[in-house]
Amino acid sequence: MTSPRFFVGQAVRIAKRQPSVHHRVPAYAKGARGVVERVCGEHGQPERFIRGDGAPATRLYRVRLDQRELWDNYQGSTDDCLDIEIFEHWLEPA
Amino acid sequence: MSDVTPNGPHDLGGLPGGAIDLSEKDTAWWEWQIDAMIRLALQKGLITDFAELRDGIERLAPDDYERLSYYERWASALAYALVDKGVVDGDVLKQKAAAIAERQATS
Repeated sequence: MTSPRFFVGQAVRIAKRQPSVHHRVPAYAKGARGVVERVCGEHGQPERFIRGDGAPATRLYRVRLDQRELWDNYQGSTDDCLDIEIFEHWLEPA
Repeated sequence: MSDVTPNGPHDLGGLPGGAIDLSEKDTAWWEWQIDAMIRLALQKGLITDFAELRDGIERLAPDDYERLSYYERWASALAYALVDKGVVDGDVLKQKAAAIAERQATS
């Protein structure tokens, strides 16, 4: 296993990409900035299961996003956050 | 909010969705059969992961995506995957589906 590229607490940005195959990054999260909440092991990449076996196993992170960053005119508490699991190849340092 | 185009008809996060139907539904026999076929296809290595079927579902035309029920979407995705891999002949599948539709229309 390789060591994680990102550490817990690190600020990251979710890439804005549009692969033509199934991928587990919803449009609302693309381009959003967040913080690594935890490292969730290595798993096959969803994009690579389409006529493939998912390899190489890739690090998955739980990323915490501020709700105010996601939605225009968000009316909830300033503490509100959304945790989403994102693969390493979708993250860049922020 | 992100200015990114949705990934497909399934990518609804953050969009107004209307009321949610919370009524309980029984699983129909054919729905169990679809579930069994998917698990069998996975077990036999005909498909490698649920992601492959998700991909098929996300490729449905938006109208079909809206019209089809949950298990109908899985059935379509399984059919696409098996035809794509040459496990099932697409023409034979179409003929069979037409024959069933005809039988149902006349019964």
